Amino acid sequence: MLTRVFHGSRRYWALVALWAVLIVIGLFAYSRQFSQGLSVTGMSRDVSWGLYIAQFTFMVGIAASAVMVVLPYYLHDYKAFGRTVILGEFLAVSAVLVCVLFIFVDMGQPRRVMNVMLHPRPNSVMFWDFMVLFGYLLLNLVIGTTAIEAERKGVPPPKWVRPLIYLSIPWAVSIHTVTAFLYSGLGARPFWMTAILAPRFLASAFAAGPSLLILLALLVRRFGGFDVGERSIRALSVIVTYAMVVNVFFVLVEMFTALYSGIPHDVDAFAYLLAGLQGHAALRPWTWVGDFLAVACVVLLLVPAVRHRERWLAWLCAGVIASLWIEKGLALIVAGFIPSPLDHITEYAPTAPEIAITIGVYAVGGLVLTTLYKVVLSVRKDLQFA
Amino acid sequence: MTDRPRIVLGLGVFLVLAAYPVWSALASSAPPERPELERATDSIGCVEDTLWMKAHHADLLNEWRTSVVREGTRTYVSTSGRTWDMSLTGTCMSCHKSREAFCERCHTYADVTPTCWNCHVPPEGGLR
Amino acid sequence: MNESRRRFLKELGCTVLGAGVALPLLDPTRLGTDVGKAASRPAAGGARASAAAAASSRQWAMVVDVEKCLREDVRNACVEACDRAHNVPRIPDPKEEVKWIWSERYEGVFPDEVHAHTPAATREAPVLVLCNHCTDPACVKVCPTGATFKRESDGIVMMDMHRCIGCRYCMAACPYGARSFNWRDPRPWIETDASGKPASDYPTRTRGVVEKCDFCSERLRVGQTPACVEAANAVQGGEGALTFGEVSDPDSDVSRLLAERNTVCRKVRLGTGPNVYYILPGATPAGDGRA
Repeated sequence: MLTRVFHGSRRYWALVALWAVLIVIGLFAYSRQFSQGLSVTGMSRDVSWGLYIAQFTFMVGIAASAVMVVLPYYLHDYKAFGRTVILGEFLAVSAVLVCVLFIFVDMGQPRRVMNVMLHPRPNSVMFWDFMVLFGYLLLNLVIGTTAIEAERKGVPPPKWVRPLIYLSIPWAVSIHTVTAFLYSGLGARPFWMTAILAPRFLASAFAAGPSLLILLALLVRRFGGFDVGERSIRALSVIVTYAMVVNVFFVLVEMFTALYSGIPHDVDAFAYLLAGLQGHAALRPWTWVGDFLAVACVVLLLVPAVRHRERWLAWLCAGVIASLWIEKGLALIVAGFIPSPLDHITEYAPTAPEIAITIGVYAVGGLVLTTLYKVVLSVRKDLQFA
Repeated sequence: MTDRPRIVLGLGVFLVLAAYPVWSALASSAPPERPELERATDSIGCVEDTLWMKAHHADLLNEWRTSVVREGTRTYVSTSGRTWDMSLTGTCMSCHKSREAFCERCHTYADVTPTCWNCHVPPEGGLR
Repeated sequence: MNESRRRFLKELGCTVLGAGVALPLLDPTRLGTDVGKAASRPAAGGARASAAAAASSRQWAMVVDVEKCLREDVRNACVEACDRAHNVPRIPDPKEEVKWIWSERYEGVFPDEVHAHTPAATREAPVLVLCNHCTDPACVKVCPTGATFKRESDGIVMMDMHRCIGCRYCMAACPYGARSFNWRDPRPWIETDASGKPASDYPTRTRGVVEKCDFCSERLRVGQTPACVEAANAVQGGEGALTFGEVSDPDSDVSRLLAERNTVCRKVRLGTGPNVYYILPGATPAGDGRA
């Protein structure tokens, strides 16, 4: 099956070449970071996590979102998702890989990464995050490849895959809950220490992931000749809509608690994001754009006439992804550090090497996704002409 | 299999390349010199005997680090019953005085690069 | 691909993976220090003599007299002594600075003690801050490798520089901002004398690890007090600015001070149990001290 990735159209190879170029640029930037240290990034003593960890947080959500197609299809026999499930599972694989890579590039001593396995510390949520991420990667890889292989052979998948599929459902919820727990148990960071963080993460995951899946499904239909079906896309768009409603609601609820109570340490991070704090307002424009996009997209998505038009749906999905990326992939992590525990404000902006490495890691995910989808498309094409 | 001649040829090329260290060493006229270490000058002897230290000094240092940093105990009782302070710079280097004349001779010969001196201050001073 | 070729490659891959995982496990000396270290021992067994105090549950603590530390010469002496004793790099960029003990504004150190009518002189008053070596440290809780840990023998929250992977989770978890990360190789910024020797033999750190005050554990074991305490007490009029001792010992200086004076800790409500105690000034400072 994997040999299929070596035979493709010119457009396919152009895409692979694009990923390869971005990966090489990222590798050059990373080699600089590896030898010089993380000073090449924009992180600082006060804002000690930046773009890398924020991308990790966002992508864990994307990875978890596969459960939104797996659950209806396997647990409730929702046949419309029959052709989408494999796309969701392979998206999860590449998303988790990207997550792991982002953690890796963020480490100060990457050579020692095995210390997490050699000296396990169950009291640390990060230890558990490593474990569940790797487990999820393996799960989805095995499930996905078994499913597509069975399909290629024209037989139903083997029985032992079923329990793995059932396991992947709570496991998907767990990876994002555990990631939320990284943040929501820290008394030092009032912006993160809120019980609703884990539900918020899940809500935004179930909005961003299926949005991306819709866009990918539309792309593979347009360029790969593989149609998941209109019912599937409609169902996904409904999931996106209601997940986004819940997500916006959760954010408003958080804002209420902080802003109505007026407790300074709870207000500060929101004030920084929405209005700026003591003259520092680097994230303000991002926040407003993200919030506006979120509200606009969810309002429009609620209108069935709009949602059913695929061209508009595609734009709205892009808008959902953009607004959630701003919220999780930028604002959440950075604002958690502002103000610092000693009430200083140090702002953060990523540097060029940092951005290059980030794009390089995303390109690795893109390459893996492209090759996995290529396998799916080739198998499907063969079956069509069989 | 019509590929057999190609495979055999490829395997042969690979084996030749992989065995390069062996046949190039055999072929060279002058064998590489064994490292000359500047031994410690005083006579109280090392923590453990030389043969054991040659094989296990890295493990010993790891153990010392764990004991000093993680457990807070710093006294080592050697097989001979003598007590030592567990310290790279304080104990080992107080006799073996120079990392260039002692440590690095064998490490360069064996092509290993332990990162001790990235952090520990070398006895001859200088943060490199 | 040919079916038998696929099977061969799959089985080869599994064998390599299995051997790669199993072989290190079979050789105990290869593994990390938690497992198999006994195998490296010579037959008669060298052993570590455990100090008598190792089994005790001692907790070191410090009392900072904020009023005495308002003096700039006292505070500078502390910071200087610490930097020299531990080869702490002096990095000019505040984003990358490394500091183990330093001065902060009263307003930032004790945000719950400051109100609308707190005089500016009090808000601005400089207060020495350092790692609190908490009883229930948040940083230890979150460290995925145990590179930072609370040492059982003396209660010091230690850093194992060999194990730290530089994930900086501890920095996110510390409510006191006590930790610094080595964003670059610190050695170019470490003070050396004319011949290139650094101020002390204490190992410098490498890029990519987190560091912080360790209550001068290397001085404590030879019976000395921490460098900052010694330096503060050496300044004329600075005696008693910093007091150090075992809070677990009811007869120590620290315990006596805690019983006699009103002391506060930073962010007590977070439940970390800090072990650095502050005696706040009785009156508004004169106003010329600057953090």
